[in-house]
Amino acid sequence: MELLSSTQLLQIALCVYGAGVVGSLLSLRYERMANLVGFGCATMAALAGIGAAITALIAGSGEGRGAFELWPSLVPYLRLTVKLDPLGAFFVLIVSVLGLAVSVYSFGYVRGFYGRKSVGVLAAFHNALLMATTLVFTASNAFFFLIAWEIMALTAYCLISFEHEKAETRNAGVLFFIMSHIGTGCLILGFLLLFQAAGGHSPGDYAFDGFHLLGELMSPGRRDAAFLLFLFGFGVKAGIVPLHIWLPEAHPVAPSNASALLSGVLIKTGIYGLTRVLFDFMGTPPNWWGVTVLTIGTISAVLGVLYALMEHDLKRLLAYHSIENIGIILMGLGASLMFLHTNHPVLAALALIAGLYHTINHAIFKALLFLGAGAILHATHTRNMEEMGGLIKRMPKTAFFFLIGAVAISALPPLNGFVSEWLTYQSLLQGFGTTGSLVRLMFPLSGAMLALTGALAAACFVKAFGITFLAQPRSEHAAKAHEAAPTMVLGMGLLAAACFFLGLFPTLFLKLLNPVTQQLLGQPLPAYLSQADGWVLGTTQELGGTVSTLAIALMGICLLPIPLVLWFLFGRRAKTVIGPTWDCGLRGLTPNMEYTATGFSKPIRMIFKALFRPRREVQREYDYSPYFAKTLRFESHIEEAFVTQLYRPLNRGILRVSRRMRGLQAGSIQAYLIYIFITLLLLLLFAL
Amino acid sequence: MNDAIGIILQTLLLLALAPLLTGCIRNWKAKLQNRRGARVWQPFLDLAKFLRKDMVISEHASWIFHAMPFVLFISTLLAGLMVPMVIASAPLSLFGGALALVGLLALGRFFLALGGLDTASAFGGMGSSREMTIAAVAEPALMLAIFTVAITADRSTNLSQMVLAAQGPTWKLLNPAHVLAFAALFIVLLAETGRIPVDNPATHLELTMIHEAMILEYSGRYLALIEWSASVKQLILMALLVNIFFPVGIATDLSAQSIGLSLLWFVAKLLALSGAVVLVETTNAKLRLFRVPDLLSAAFILATLALLSTFLFQ
Repeated sequence: MELLSSTQLLQIALCVYGAGVVGSLLSLRYERMANLVGFGCATMAALAGIGAAITALIAGSGEGRGAFELWPSLVPYLRLTVKLDPLGAFFVLIVSVLGLAVSVYSFGYVRGFYGRKSVGVLAAFHNALLMATTLVFTASNAFFFLIAWEIMALTAYCLISFEHEKAETRNAGVLFFIMSHIGTGCLILGFLLLFQAAGGHSPGDYAFDGFHLLGELMSPGRRDAAFLLFLFGFGVKAGIVPLHIWLPEAHPVAPSNASALLSGVLIKTGIYGLTRVLFDFMGTPPNWWGVTVLTIGTISAVLGVLYALMEHDLKRLLAYHSIENIGIILMGLGASLMFLHTNHPVLAALALIAGLYHTINHAIFKALLFLGAGAILHATHTRNMEEMGGLIKRMPKTAFFFLIGAVAISALPPLNGFVSEWLTYQSLLQGFGTTGSLVRLMFPLSGAMLALTGALAAACFVKAFGITFLAQPRSEHAAKAHEAAPTMVLGMGLLAAACFFLGLFPTLFLKLLNPVTQQLLGQPLPAYLSQADGWVLGTTQELGGTVSTLAIALMGICLLPIPLVLWFLFGRRAKTVIGPTWDCGLRGLTPNMEYTATGFSKPIRMIFKALFRPRREVQREYDYSPYFAKTLRFESHIEEAFVTQLYRPLNRGILRVSRRMRGLQAGSIQAYLIYIFITLLLLLLFAL
Repeated sequence: MNDAIGIILQTLLLLALAPLLTGCIRNWKAKLQNRRGARVWQPFLDLAKFLRKDMVISEHASWIFHAMPFVLFISTLLAGLMVPMVIASAPLSLFGGALALVGLLALGRFFLALGGLDTASAFGGMGSSREMTIAAVAEPALMLAIFTVAITADRSTNLSQMVLAAQGPTWKLLNPAHVLAFAALFIVLLAETGRIPVDNPATHLELTMIHEAMILEYSGRYLALIEWSASVKQLILMALLVNIFFPVGIATDLSAQSIGLSLLWFVAKLLALSGAVVLVETTNAKLRLFRVPDLLSAAFILATLALLSTFLFQ
């Protein structure tokens, strides 16, 4: 029945991405051509990638595990081997779905760069990022993984610094570059530990197949060291608190189509790495690993959303929400590790799919929101929400799709965010019974924090949608906004449709995760996960909680006639009049009187002021009484505690040390010769 | 077939009982303040009046303004169909439990807040901001209390399971976990239904209103739907409290006798809880907005204690 195997489709995808890079670089001078070739290739390749991932996941662990060499190796130890196993295929599915939607969107979006910036370069990096990320998910040995990882980081850096004329962009790019490389350094050390445990002699010792359950053979100390190194290394990329500081700087300054990929895919590579290492390589974890991951997840989720609420830069707000959602994903993974420790494989499978399901859900709705933000930026030339407003009348389609993304990310039924958070809640609830120790208190408390996160996220997206799209325009730009180009709308529509699909048909989709849990835990999906012919999503026990978003949605449609019947019975003669909004009898409302984004989040800022430490400055100029001010200047500012308390002192310390070290490198050849001589002596002594 | 009848009957029960309960609370409150008070069925007359009246819609309103009453009304009704009221198995209990209930109420609140922002009025924005803030602070206490009850019900979030487990051989009211969780949920009930220490349902003073500020621009048919949803939401939360913590008399079979008896019990329990709400409302003053988080953190601490007691006293 199948025309092409998953391996062939993957090869096609990789080749077409490559062609996209070359093609758009060749047509650098012809913008339209570069746009068409570059994003056309990316669209095709993404389609092939979706095909490859789905065929591989349907085939499960049997067929489609054929590894192939991307390129004959020229260097010893280095094998460019690619293999599509279920876990990799799941993540390839994420990157390809996003690649498809974002590429379609980009056709229209990059027209804004015509005559200003080189579209060919953007398209080339877009393809390169998608290709490198696909390779990260499919590389089958550590060496090649790290190479793909670095290519990915470098292309991401180039995309972030695309508009490098602005100082803000350059600083964000450098920050990303530094953080990313600290992370990679940790990964290299971690993989070296694994390599050593695998034998450390032949090139084959780098292969991921050889790493399978290797942690069981390592000494506890090394295993813990490897865990911490990987947690740090992948955590930087995933943006966990407190390693997240690059994320709210870097994601907003990139072009919006790239932001969507960065937030949707790039940070997911950290999740992929953690899942791969912790579940595939490390074997049964000690308890504190799970506790650590769950705690980090909870803290990231709560702090991410709290800082997001304080933002009125639309794209920064979305970037902080990525931190929150990574936290929710880690809550699932952490709970799963704890269940593995207490030997509850079925519950571990439930928590793992909760985390992975949230991974794809977050990728989709976050990309949707970033694309929406891109359309707004395109139309109003500002990221500041305080200058928007009333856009729902000027860009109705964008507003509709942004609303779908907002409902989905706020975990409201019946969309996809609700389903994966529901699974997370259920696994946390089940966790309470798995252990007798006090550790079990963590599960319900994390659940409560997840509830806080969800409610704050809803508040944040009422703000983001309400201030941006509703009421009167707050600036000239917002009043003159226009609807996005058709391809941009199509790109957002694809992702909105995916939100509905993943929300309404979870049991259908979760079947695709069966090979993943088989591979990582040797465990099929929990038996009661899909009940009533797939209509109802359940958990691991017969009388446990159940939910059916599809039935809720259909039932909602069935209830719709009630208000209509009431109207027909009572209000047949009632008329509808359009009138002005109540203005307390003043001379009409102006946009200045509307609630602002800052005002909206003020109660939350006050409640959590111990955390935010807001700084405000009010200057009044008056003639005789401060109550009759002539001019009033108000300034309010929040700085992240992590930046002021942790990174800035660290930064100062590093600079101070480097200044001291400057003396060593004075430029005198004699001194350098002495250094070399001393080093040689030390090395000889060490070798003896 | 039985399911369809169950759904229709429970929808009718929700729609009929909710305004009566609101009317009853108002009437008792008036009595405690030495007024005669409006009749108990006055809310029905109000609803009929609103349905007949013309609507004035703001010129700045978008389709969100028009969609909001429907989303709110339907999501609230859906949530109501998940709560066991007269019969232990709720009509939609298979399709969603406690978490779906919380989610559906949050969906209604999300659109309610958007509707408040849509008309460019500062009152609406103020109401939305406060409503979302209070909901956010109330949510952890609510979820922790639900978790605690679910843990005593064999870790099931299915509301019917929770009721059956509570009804079981030993009545669990004297279980400290249930007492503390009840206290936590009672505070959450006051916050979620906009009752006095948190919000004043009778005020239209600009600076103090929360719920009323959001719906200031609504009139006519839309206002009828919103008011009705607010009553239904109140009924849902109260039914949840009485049926989970005092599961006396809930019918487990479908005989006419047990259903009739169960209905009587249900109404009696609701009236008792309304009495408690009325007492709290009459004897307390409204809290300052920034005192409300203190009240709700008290609820959170009660819920945490409830959780601790689930294994301290077992």
